[in-house]
Amino acid sequence: MDLRYTPAETAFREEVREFFRTSLPADIRRKQELGQRLAKQDIVTWQRILNKKGWAAPMWPVEYGGTGWDAVRYFIFREELHLAYAPDPLGFNVNLVGPVICAFGTREQKEFFLPKLLNLDIWFCQGFSEPGSGSDLASLKTRAVREGDHYVVNGQKLWTSNGHNADWMFALVRTDPNAKKQRGITYLLIDMRTPGLKLRPIVTLDGDPHTNESFFDDVRVPVTNRIGEENKGWDYAKFLLGNERAGVARVGTCKRRVLAARALAATVMVDGKPLSENARFREKLALIEVELQALEITNMMVVDKMKKQVGYQQDPRASVLKIKGSELQQATLEILLEAAGPSAIPRQLDFLLAQTDDVIGPDWAATAAPNYFFSRAISIFGGSNEIQHNIVSKAVLGL
Amino acid sequence: MDFDLSEEQRMLKESVDRLLEDRYSFEQRKTYTKAPDGWSRELWQQYADLGLLSVPFDSKYGGFGGGPVETMILMEAFGAALVLEPYFATVTLFGGCVRIAGTEAQKDALLPKIGEGKLLGAFAHSERNSRYDLADVQTTAKKDGSDWVLDGEKTVVIHGDCADKLIVSGRISGGQRDKDGIGLFLVDAKAPGVTRKGYPTQDSLRAADITLKGVKVAAGDMLGESGKAFPIIERVAQSAIQALSAEAVGGMQEMLDITVEYLKTRHQFGVPIGSFQALQHRAVDMLVATEQARSMAMFAAMMVDEKDDAERAKAINAVKVHIGKSGRYVGQQSIQLHGGIGMTLEYKVGHYFIRSTMIEILFGDTDHHLAALARAGGLIAPGTTA
Ligand SMILES: Cc1cc2nc3c(=O)[nH]c(=O)nc-3n(C[C@H](O)[C@H](O)[C@H](O)COP(=O)(O)OP(=O)(O)OC[C@H]3O[C@@H](n4cnc5c(N)ncnc54)[C@H](O)[C@@H]3O)c2cc1C
Repeated sequence: MDLRYTPAETAFREEVREFFRTSLPADIRRKQELGQRLAKQDIVTWQRILNKKGWAAPMWPVEYGGTGWDAVRYFIFREELHLAYAPDPLGFNVNLVGPVICAFGTREQKEFFLPKLLNLDIWFCQGFSEPGSGSDLASLKTRAVREGDHYVVNGQKLWTSNGHNADWMFALVRTDPNAKKQRGITYLLIDMRTPGLKLRPIVTLDGDPHTNESFFDDVRVPVTNRIGEENKGWDYAKFLLGNERAGVARVGTCKRRVLAARALAATVMVDGKPLSENARFREKLALIEVELQALEITNMMVVDKMKKQVGYQQDPRASVLKIKGSELQQATLEILLEAAGPSAIPRQLDFLLAQTDDVIGPDWAATAAPNYFFSRAISIFGGSNEIQHNIVSKAVLGL
Repeated sequence: MDFDLSEEQRMLKESVDRLLEDRYSFEQRKTYTKAPDGWSRELWQQYADLGLLSVPFDSKYGGFGGGPVETMILMEAFGAALVLEPYFATVTLFGGCVRIAGTEAQKDALLPKIGEGKLLGAFAHSERNSRYDLADVQTTAKKDGSDWVLDGEKTVVIHGDCADKLIVSGRISGGQRDKDGIGLFLVDAKAPGVTRKGYPTQDSLRAADITLKGVKVAAGDMLGESGKAFPIIERVAQSAIQALSAEAVGGMQEMLDITVEYLKTRHQFGVPIGSFQALQHRAVDMLVATEQARSMAMFAAMMVDEKDDAERAKAINAVKVHIGKSGRYVGQQSIQLHGGIGMTLEYKVGHYFIRSTMIEILFGDTDHHLAALARAGGLIAPGTTA
């Protein structure tokens, strides 16, 4: 056992770091530093830069644009990405629907979608959850009825994040209401311009209309936009949910927030001394670092296993990553809010959305509260922490 | 020992509960936020008519003559309804300064008007760098003949945007953080040299940053003695924390109730999610935190008028620590147990979570008060053992 990186891995880290340092547009970096929301165009711009380098979807099969990196290199890539304040490539495209198309798509689907997913010429959103189906996703009711070479879709999706930016949606719909609930589900790709599909924006606690409700009224979807077989959608979705959980820990993001919190706390005075010298604050920050260190090693252990096992089985440790990772992400935003203190009280939505440079108080403090509010979602989406506890208690502990 | 409310207190509680029940549904509240001030002038007048705006003031000044228990009753109800009107700014803070430190003439001139709903006030004390240090005042107050001249900037003045009058702290002498040398001044919000930049706050209330440039104040508009305002500010902050603790409890109880109701009605996996033991236990922990916070709000009501300065200060530190911790726990769990629906502003519970987050920050966060309490030697007196 040797937890250190090999010289080749270290050299790889240097290469990646250098690329991010020189390629990330300054305005995007600035927004990230300030905790502001990125515009659609920012994400597109950055993903195209990555794509040009061949790094938009490192873990896809090489034939579709992947890099062929092993899990350790991918881990390093993500950590450096986050440390560099660079945005993630669009997760819906790259981590969620992309791998499903790679694995189960038809040749036509691959040819049409994959290059556009990489270059973000097409933006996907995720239409899984419904008003009555969240944790119990398999109970979903949105109905699709086959009519000739189309499915006619009726129903409602909820929490369609970034649906207003999206060109396409990957959705789970019910095609066989009589089968066992996991059995009658089909996976469809739906063009957002299809008549009968309407969105209603939903404002989240940060004030941003981040997500949507989607209504389907006789939405006609060509059968050619089905992934795989009818009624097998659940299997494809499960494959995809596994992908969602693998990249959740975000140690790099937490690390840069710890560093930011320490630096910013040096600018805040408490009892005539910088907050960064306040014993309680320092200890809280140090405790987060201790937990982060442990999480980083666990993450590397999972990654090492992924590298060595062909046909890697989802490790229940991925749930550890999700539980601890979400808690630590929340903790880092919580301590930033504590550092901001009263400067976080004014609501400055335009600044959060980067629609103005005008700011009341220190700029970094202006986004502290909304980012803390939004961070509460991290332990809810992608399988809530309670569901993760259920998974571990069943799969690991056999309870 | 008696935990029961008096007949009068019960009536006060009933009248405020009834009014808010009628007029403060979540939907109605939303329409008030859209008014020019971000709250309802019409309701403000109703509060006045019901005598709510004079609750802590002596009957000599047309007041209800209530004490901390009456404040607790009101603020708990306001917290449960997420009231937007500037009661805290006008009655607790501004009115509190006048009540604690005003001369007879000042009380006569101001308190009845507050009670009648004809005067809005704000406490312009905090500054960009002061954070939670009540003595940290850089705004200057310089003598000009018998008058005073104020220069400086006050930040995040709660409801400073709509106030008719401000009470402004200014440094007369000493260094930035000295307790000695601070004065409190009554300033007309429209006086020459006062500029205000109003804005909404996270919790849908309003605040303002206020610049004072050569603002003239007559000698008679000083509150308390020259340079001796710090103890007044401290007392007002303690009353503020007492009021906030009750407001926080009102909010926590609502978060608990809304969450429990949701656990009973939301179904996943074919059963109410309230049938999952993990969530049952979490709801019980929310109840434990809320009940403990309620006890501390009562402790605050008991201690806020305590004569011994040190005992009073420690008690209020302890209250704020508990309210901060329990409010954070109840708030976070109320969101978590709701799942996605807790994350949208379209639904009520998130608004309580946001307000309780702001309450934790106001007048000193948990760490601030914990450190103060620890420095002061804790709550349990050394001679307590037999
Ligand atoms: C900001 C945000 C963005 C999102 N974006 C998308 C998106 O783009 N596309 C999409 O399809 N979905 C999206 N979601 C939906 C997300 O996946 C769901 O919120 C999540 O699956 C939880 O479902 P729910 O909200 O219905 O909560 P519920 O499932 O109703 O859960 C409520 C509570 O019950 C608990 N619970 C449920 N079942 C159990 C159990 N068996 N044991 C113990 N506790 C349990 C949960 O942990 C939670 O605390 C988003 C959600 C949020 C908050």
